[in-house]
Amino acid sequence: MHKGFLTIYWRDMLRFVRFRTLLFTSLVQPALWLAFFGVAMSNNFDRLTATMPAVPGVRAVGYLTFIGAGVIAMTTLFTSLFGGTVLLFDKNWGLMRETLSSPLPRIHIIVGIGLSSVTKSLIQAAVILVLGLLLGVQFFEGYTATQVLVSLLGIMLFIGVFSLGFLFLSAAIAITMESPEGMQAVITLLTMPFFFTSNALYPSNSFPPVLRTLSTINPLTHLVSGIRYFAIGSDFSSIGIRYTYTQGEAITSFLALLAFAAIMFLIARWRFTKVTVT
Amino acid sequence: MQKGSVKIAGYDLRKEPEKVRESIGIVFQELTLDRDMTVREILEYHGRLYSMPKAQRQARVDELLNLVELEAKRDVLTRYLSGGMKRRLEIARGLMTRPKVLFMDEPTIGLDPQTRIRIWDYVKDINRQGTTIFLTTHYMDEADQFSDYISIVDHGQIIATGKPWELKNALGQDVIYLETSDNQEASDILKKLDTVRGVRDKSKGIIVMVNVDGTYLLPEIMDKLRNGGIKIRAVNLKKPSMDDVFVHYTGRELRDTGTEKAVVVKRGGR
Repeated sequence: MHKGFLTIYWRDMLRFVRFRTLLFTSLVQPALWLAFFGVAMSNNFDRLTATMPAVPGVRAVGYLTFIGAGVIAMTTLFTSLFGGTVLLFDKNWGLMRETLSSPLPRIHIIVGIGLSSVTKSLIQAAVILVLGLLLGVQFFEGYTATQVLVSLLGIMLFIGVFSLGFLFLSAAIAITMESPEGMQAVITLLTMPFFFTSNALYPSNSFPPVLRTLSTINPLTHLVSGIRYFAIGSDFSSIGIRYTYTQGEAITSFLALLAFAAIMFLIARWRFTKVTVT
Repeated sequence: MQKGSVKIAGYDLRKEPEKVRESIGIVFQELTLDRDMTVREILEYHGRLYSMPKAQRQARVDELLNLVELEAKRDVLTRYLSGGMKRRLEIARGLMTRPKVLFMDEPTIGLDPQTRIRIWDYVKDINRQGTTIFLTTHYMDEADQFSDYISIVDHGQIIATGKPWELKNALGQDVIYLETSDNQEASDILKKLDTVRGVRDKSKGIIVMVNVDGTYLLPEIMDKLRNGGIKIRAVNLKKPSMDDVFVHYTGRELRDTGTEKAVVVKRGGR
């Protein structure tokens, strides 16, 4: 098997580790979300919902725990969506010519940076997770060591597939666009609907029907639900609302993410066949 | 590619593009180095793209850094290299996979004379080791000095091809430059001579291309013109240069308009 994608992966990771500032900010930013937004909103929500009767027989978790999963998912979304930008720079600065004029099949470029995006997302998720636990996020409460391990594995799988999907989307955009400014604008515009029609920061149960439909087909919702399923459990309540999420639903979510990644891969591959060396 | 067929290193470009890619190296005109990778990493990346085994890659990196005298810069980011060093690194990269054919697009443009000479030294070295080199250049003296074959390209068309001496011979044995009191009249007189191959106008004088040894013909020409009542103000005699060849074929002075250049071919092997 041609191991060309590992070459692309190696180069992208090299740059990720080399830029200390980039590495640092990419880790600190999500931590700040959790530390400021999370803690501030948590206090508000907990006060607002203090008078509501607890759902009997169901474990109640605080808001910080609720959005802990959301922040991890959100960070994965941002990192992956911006992950393709490197291709735009490579293209504009002529660096991609070398790669494109080599015998390396183009599909390896997509797969290579896809893998590096997954790696980056997992590193970030791990950092947020640890920081979250320190701030008081109640993940894996009452789990045995094996259960924690299985949960972590499940979360990693969800994040990995989700990250691939959005990286492929990002790569397709990057290879099509001409200017980094344009790409920045498109991606920023894209993140909005994904972010706000998801259940990352607030429950989507009380959305109006249209938003609710959008939320259901939103990959971010599936990722957030998946993380909550593994980290909190299949039946819990937060800010006065009960959440049940069966194993079947978790599997459906995972399949949905797989389908999303597959479609995005096909789009990226199609866009890449259009690239010519000039 | 619009029409026709191309065969490189024995492979048909249309039928076996992968084989062609494996056989060629390219040094692009603009710098295409990642500013955030070190000299070694640039070569390493290239070798990996072409699936070179690790041991071979490492040996080749050492060898090439030695060749282009960049061992001291091995672990330096390319952003800190000078223009000449970057060029040398790009040439080293083009050679990383020992290509059968190396394409170089104006590798010496914008470099100081010293660096140019060194780069040509490397190119000759590589060539001796068996790589055929296709090179485009605006410097006609370089083309003349280093190539086995030269093609002159104008507006995307090859308008002349040959060995350097063949191309120069087409202009005659010698080239004489004259400034006279009446250039038009002088031109008419000289065109009648059998020994004169052609006459071309310059801004202040005329260029006379001659078929015989100019050293002996020049006095005769000067006598002829004087007898015709023409005063001679300036004379110059020289062997035709590639610059003359270029002007002869394209009909104009060499300018950096990008539409004309010489493609130089240097065959691999001794």
